[in-house]
Parts: sequence; C-alpha cells; structure tokens
Amino acid sequence: MRLALERRAERSIAMALVSPLIAVALTLATGALLFALLGKPPVEALKIYFFEPLTDPWALQEIAVKATPLVLIAVGLSLCYLANVWNIGAEGQFLIGAITGGWLAVATHGTGAGYWVLPAMLVLGALGGAAYALVPAVFRVRFGASEILTSLMLVYVAELLLDYLVRGPWRDPKGFNFPTTAEFDAVAAMPTLIEGSRLHLGAIIALLVVAWATVMLGRTLKGFEIKLVGAAPRAARFGGFSDKWLTVVTFLISGALAGLAGVIEVSATVNHLQPNISPGYGFTAIIVAFLGRLNPAGILVAALFLALTFIGGESAQISLKVPLDLTKVFQGILLFYVLACDTLILYRFRLLPAPKAVHGIR
Amino acid sequence: MEFVEAVLLTVITASTPLLLAASGELVVERAGVLNLGVEGMMIVGGACGFAGAYLTGSIAIGALCGILAGAALSAVFAAVTLGLAANQVASGLALTILGVGLSGLIGAGYVGQKIDGAGHLYIPYVTDIPLIGKVIFGENAFVYFSIALLIGIWYFLYRTRAGLILRAVGDNHASAHALGYPVLRIRMLAVLFGGACAGLGGAYLPLAYTPFWVSGMTAGRGWIALALVVFASWLPFRLMVGAYLFGGITILQLHAQATGLGIPSQLMSSLPYLATILVLVAISWVRGRRGSPAPASLGLAFVPDR
Repeated sequence: MRLALERRAERSIAMALVSPLIAVALTLATGALLFALLGKPPVEALKIYFFEPLTDPWALQEIAVKATPLVLIAVGLSLCYLANVWNIGAEGQFLIGAITGGWLAVATHGTGAGYWVLPAMLVLGALGGAAYALVPAVFRVRFGASEILTSLMLVYVAELLLDYLVRGPWRDPKGFNFPTTAEFDAVAAMPTLIEGSRLHLGAIIALLVVAWATVMLGRTLKGFEIKLVGAAPRAARFGGFSDKWLTVVTFLISGALAGLAGVIEVSATVNHLQPNISPGYGFTAIIVAFLGRLNPAGILVAALFLALTFIGGESAQISLKVPLDLTKVFQGILLFYVLACDTLILYRFRLLPAPKAVHGIR
Repeated sequence: MEFVEAVLLTVITASTPLLLAASGELVVERAGVLNLGVEGMMIVGGACGFAGAYLTGSIAIGALCGILAGAALSAVFAAVTLGLAANQVASGLALTILGVGLSGLIGAGYVGQKIDGAGHLYIPYVTDIPLIGKVIFGENAFVYFSIALLIGIWYFLYRTRAGLILRAVGDNHASAHALGYPVLRIRMLAVLFGGACAGLGGAYLPLAYTPFWVSGMTAGRGWIALALVVFASWLPFRLMVGAYLFGGITILQLHAQATGLGIPSQLMSSLPYLATILVLVAISWVRGRRGSPAPASLGLAFVPDR
C-alpha cells in the first residue's frame, strides 16, 4: 500500500475555507514542539505568544497598526500572484515609497508648509513604489529577465539607498550623528484615529484598498483578466488579453500599494527615516497573501494573524527570553503549511496498492 | 605583481561559496525543480557549520554539519513541492524565510565567538612560485572541492546514464514517467543534493571566508547563486565563469571602498546586486528569440497518474 495524490473532479470549496485554519493549527502544534525544544513550557509559551496579546487593549491596537502595511502590500501582491506574476521585491518597493514620500517631509521640514504635505507625501510614496516596481516588470516583458530575481535584488539596493540617505545627505544635523533624518513636522504626520492611541488613518486606507480590490477582482473586466491570465494563459491570449501588459499593470499596482504602505509607516509610526524602518513587512506580506488565499477579505484576516506573530514574538522575547528570530521561523513554517494544505483543495489522498509491475521499457 | 596575486586569491575565496551553492542548484534545476530557498539553506548551513566547528574544533565536522543542515532543510521543501505538489516559487520563499529565522536561533549563542579558519594547502617550493603558486597550490580544501564537484557534476550530467535520465526528467517529466522512470524520486535526490551543496556553500563563509558567525552573513549570495544558474544557461562550466566573475565584482567593490575614492560605500556594496540584474537582463536579451535554454519542465509540479 502507498499513499498517493489524486486529482479531485472539481475544487473543494470546503477545503478552500478550512485549509488556512488547518495550517494555523499545525503551526501552533509545531510551535509547541519548538518551544519544548528550546526548553520553555509549551502551553504557557503558546499562550504568551498567540493569546495574551488578544487580551490586552494596547496590544490589540498594535496588531491593527502592524496589520496595516501588511494588508496594503499583500493586496497588491495577491493581484500579481493571481496573474502568475512573481513580484517578491515588495520590501524594496516599500522602502522606496518611504524614501520618496519621506523626501517631501524632509524637504519641507521647518518651512511652515501647510496641510497639503501629507497628501502629497502619500502620492509621492505610491509613485515611488510603482516606479521601482516598473523596473523588474519592464526587464521581464522587454528582455525576458526573471522578475523573481530582479525584484529581489532590488530589495538589497533599496536598503543600501536608504542607508546612504540617512547617513549622508538627509541626516539630521542636530541628530547627534545618529543615522536618522529630522523628526517630521506635524503636517507630515499621519493623524491618529483616537486621541492618544497609535491607531492611525492608514488603517482606514487599508480597509478602502481591500474594498476596492474586492470590487475590482469580482466585478470588473480587469479583475477577470487578472484571474484568467493566471489560470489559463493560453485561453487568455486567444481572448485578446496581453499577458505582457498585465505583468506591467500588476507590478505597478502592487508597487504603488507597497510604496503607499512605506510612506504611511514612516509618517504614522516612525516619524523620521532611519535604516531599519521595516521588520520585513514586504516578505511577511507574501505569507499574508497566501494565507488569505489571494482574496482581499481573506488577506485582511491573515494580516491580523501575522501581525499577532510580530507582537507575540516581541512579548515572548521579553518574558520568555527567546530570540526574536523565532517569529521568522513561525512565519516560514506557516507558509509551508498553507501551501501544503492548499494541495488538498485540488487533490485528495488515496491509498493505492503497491505497484505490481513496471510498465513500458526501461 | 603582489597586488595581482592578492586580487586573484581573494577573487577565488569570494567565488567559492557562490560556486558551491550554484552547482547544487544547477543539478536541481536540471531535474526540473526550481528551489528558490538557496539563501535559506546557505544561511542555516553557515550557522550549523560554525556551531559544529566551534564545538568540535574540526573544520571538517563543521562542513559536514553544514551539508547535513542544508540537506535537511531541502527535505522539507521536497516533501511539500514533490510530495504535495505545492507551488515551487512560494515554497522556496518559505524555505528562505524559515532558514533565515532558524539560522538566527541556532547562531544566537555563537555571536562573537572565533574559530581557527580552514587551513591552506602548502607544498614546499611549488606553492612558493611567484604569482600563480599560491593561487593554484595554496588554497583551502573547499576551493579544490568546489572545482572537483563541478567536474563531477559535468561528468554525471553528460557522461552517465543516470545524468541523462535526470535531464530527461527535467525536460519532460510526463515522457520520463511514461518511460517508467521514477520522476519524483529522482527529483527528491536532486533537491537533497542541491540542499547539501547550498549548506556547504553557506558553511564555507564562517569556516573559511571570515572565521566567525554573523547573523545574515550570506547577504543575498543564495539569490546571486540562483541568478548564476540562469547566467550559465544551465551549463556546468559556464557556471564557473559566472561565479568567478561575480567573486571578482565583490572583490572589486571591496578594494574600491578601501581606496576611499569618495564613492559612497553603499553604492559600492550594491554593485553585486546591480551587476546581477544587469547580467540577467543582458543574457535574456542576447538569447532573445532563440528561446530560453531552461529545462522545459522547470518549476512545474508533477503528480503521477496511478
């Protein structure tokens, strides 16, 4: 007897809904095992990591704050992945958005500029991210260079560019030689939703983007085109859709959203530019996109869960003395389980008798 | 003279980890599997390699730990992409994220520790030949091994029946399956081999390149190795040209930074990444309409029918 995969007659809707939940459950089980290996009480550790943040109002707000960039980036990435376009450089587009948007805050610092600064920053951030994403897209459609590798390489370049700017030309002269720009003025800061909280307007923008993506994917020709090119590229070509043009469009949208996330993040939570403004949002958003089944509403839920892993990781670092890298381990394991469970949507397991004879010629 | 010798020596040391990791990935891709997790396997190989060498005091045992760690991580990838036919691109990314995290956990206790790096070959008189003596006869064991490995891979792929079958699996898995070859088993062995090579390439960094462990010390070398396979058109000996070219760029930017020409160090540091993009674009453009020489089944999942 052996276990083999067998294609289902049609997609299993039940599995499509349940598979992310199975993946999360398996991640928690593996997490318990990992904590035990690290010599921590597994149940207690899981409680601190995954449940205690949910009971603390401050931590709940912080989850929403961390989920905001994840939602924005992941919605854009999901459009790419649906169209079978592999933008994995969202981290770089996020940083460039923070740079181009943050530039305006630095340039207008102390000039008494009016309330147009923040909206203009958001536009510049989105444009910067889109322009940066255009590079791998054009290299792909014009020259056939793998967008996976070029978009990823540009992440390293963006990190070095940000490092150069905050240590060099943009460094705050009054900053005691720390590699940061001057603190943004009030007109360049994202307004908070509730007085005294860290929850900011970016969360509303993220919700609007989710609503837009839901309508765009479900009700417009562009949404149909994206799904068709990804699912049946040959049929899409016969239908007159250009996969090259779609590669450019999806890269532009996802780059703009990642750039927007970048400028929102610096104007809302960091308030200046510095070398490390992202704990890897651009990469975590890839996991969010898949855990959310490349569906805008699903992404919203998935982003909240991955934001929880960031917060839980931080509190576990303090109270359990485990390295912060544990968060990345959980995130990697989660993505593996999500991808593994997705197989069950298209396939089922069947026990087959052991093969008797080998057919054909050897 | 001495400067040229120093540059040649450093180019070879900088190229070897790229060559090791890319050699493994070449075999994996020739079998039709795209494992984007090279960076993750390298960095775990580096952390485990350093831990092994630090605890036992033996570079060889350290290298073995790196090999085993890389292979173990690639087994996870094989289980998900081959056993469960999951998306290879996304699984490779998962492997990188997991690997970076794991390396941090494993390496946490070794930050700031030092070991004696790998020793260099010395043959009296021969190694003392000016200019080429040290370059050819004065390297560490990893360098000779990486070249032997590449020759071995070439021989395997083009001169053995098993290599022919592996290439057939990568070019058309349905036909290979119809002929009765165990596609998934062959691919699994290739993936494990690629993981072992990436682990060794990663272990090279703390064992021979700089004799200490720094988190994130692979710094994108795994991704450059992936680009090298494309650059080499999936041909073993072109891989060597590519690896030494990229090692050269790494060293060039280090020397340029040292001279202090006033060029921002960040711009110099970004050269290897920019060069990778440039080379990928150029090579894809030159190939143009002749089509890609990539294995035809590269990246496609295979589920045998009964």
